[in-house]
Amino acid sequence: MQTNRRDFIKMAALAAATGMSTWALTSFARASKLPIGRVVIVGGGYAGATAAKYLRMWSLGSIEVIVVEPNRQFVSCPLSNLVLGGSKSINDLTFDYQLLKANHGIQWVQDQVTAIDVSAKKIQMQRGELSYDRLIIAPGIDFIYDNLPMLQSEEAQKQVPHAWKAGWQTVNLRKQLEAMPDGGVFVMNVPAAPYRCPPGPYERAAQVAYYLKGHKPKSKVIVLDANAEIISKKGLFTKVFNDMYAGLVDYRPNNAVVAVDVAGKTVTTEFDVVRADVLNIIPPQRAGKPAQMAQLNNIDKRWCEVGFLTYESKLATNVHVIGDAVSAALPKSAHMATNQAKICANAIVQLMVGANPDPAPVFANTCYSYVSDKSAMHVANVYRYDAAKKIMVSAEGGGVSSAPSEQEGVYAGAWANNIWSDVLT
Amino acid sequence: MIVCAAETALTVSNVHIRSLAASCAACHGTQGNAVSIGKVTDSTAVLAGASKADIISKLQAFKSGERSATVMHRHAKGLSIDEITGLAEYFSQQVPRASAILTSQKLRVDHAN
Repeated sequence: MQTNRRDFIKMAALAAATGMSTWALTSFARASKLPIGRVVIVGGGYAGATAAKYLRMWSLGSIEVIVVEPNRQFVSCPLSNLVLGGSKSINDLTFDYQLLKANHGIQWVQDQVTAIDVSAKKIQMQRGELSYDRLIIAPGIDFIYDNLPMLQSEEAQKQVPHAWKAGWQTVNLRKQLEAMPDGGVFVMNVPAAPYRCPPGPYERAAQVAYYLKGHKPKSKVIVLDANAEIISKKGLFTKVFNDMYAGLVDYRPNNAVVAVDVAGKTVTTEFDVVRADVLNIIPPQRAGKPAQMAQLNNIDKRWCEVGFLTYESKLATNVHVIGDAVSAALPKSAHMATNQAKICANAIVQLMVGANPDPAPVFANTCYSYVSDKSAMHVANVYRYDAAKKIMVSAEGGGVSSAPSEQEGVYAGAWANNIWSDVLT
Repeated sequence: MIVCAAETALTVSNVHIRSLAASCAACHGTQGNAVSIGKVTDSTAVLAGASKADIISKLQAFKSGERSATVMHRHAKGLSIDEITGLAEYFSQQVPRASAILTSQKLRVDHAN
């Protein structure tokens, strides 16, 4: 282990001195040396896949990386609301992991994690177990059905999909919308914050309204928001609902879902009973199951507390948590998940060669929402580590678009194509 | 001794800048190699191999508001002058590579969600 570590440092120094390409170095390291350590990553979404790539890249191939992911394909949540609007198909948002694995020498296990033993530094899967030097848990979200037990079954979710993890539920919800007669009512909710993708539910309402405007103008979308007001891009979405989709969107704040009659497609909130033709309930969320298995979701029994220099859990050493599962004053966005993955990977590479992680990480978040097939608007911020508060805080200059535009729709498309390529190649 | 060697290989500033630069990848591609999307005007700027002076002057113009932008002024305003210089140096040293759009595929029936 010691020898390998020294060799890696020598190689890195040589690379710096000679301008030798990272690619050549990586191949050299891969061909000739034992790894300086093993990182196991649970989850191959935006966070996990990014961490895998950057760990391999920045360690010049000297860290062994194994990803455990149950799904064979990556399906992007960003842009999946456009499937409901009708301008994208789910097949435009679906990719495999072949290039990522091949380009970076990442080992891949298609399996489900069943147990995590942080003291023995081992994870158990359905087929076998793996030991690690460091573990990254990138589990995404899990839905909380404590107060909505009627929605827990697969059968109920066929009737009332959440479509909050892109995939077949997204396709199902689009089909229901297509089959809805003109004059029908699409009812959806917004769970109390924090949840995955703060502007996402409002973007969804706009996408459904966009489809209704073009195809079923006598219909409407009712938005039942558990929050007191629109929690992201408020001014922009208010204008979109009132002007662009006047008469099509009925937005109701302070309307947390209390119960759902699945067969009758009826929602009871604190104030209303609403009957739907198509019903989309997005349940409240918490850190994904692998984080729960390791008992790392200590904040409100939902999210995982980490340090923001390394994303190491506050509860378990050598275990890092990244992405939506993290408790932070940061939006649970795809761009943010990749940022956390990169800071975590950067820190792990440093720690494994006995060096210090970046003491003051900085990253940017750009989040676009499409309000039609072509028009989008952003919220963008730089976030900077605050050494006194030990958290990431937003830097000056952040904010939102003045109005949605087709120019930003083009940029939103470029964002998607670039982030997919960054995460998956 | 190991720590010394590592610090020589990658300075604190390099470690800071490489992860900050990686944050730009969501729009500008891995190491500044943005994917090309149909029309040139539909693509974001390729930063890999761009001139250091050019990147600095553009970011500073976004930061001061002298140059208008849809999004970049938000990011430039949040960066320090040192970070702008560090990013410009980093991207100018990256090798430009042709980068195509990733090909999507049909969703498999066995996908979980």
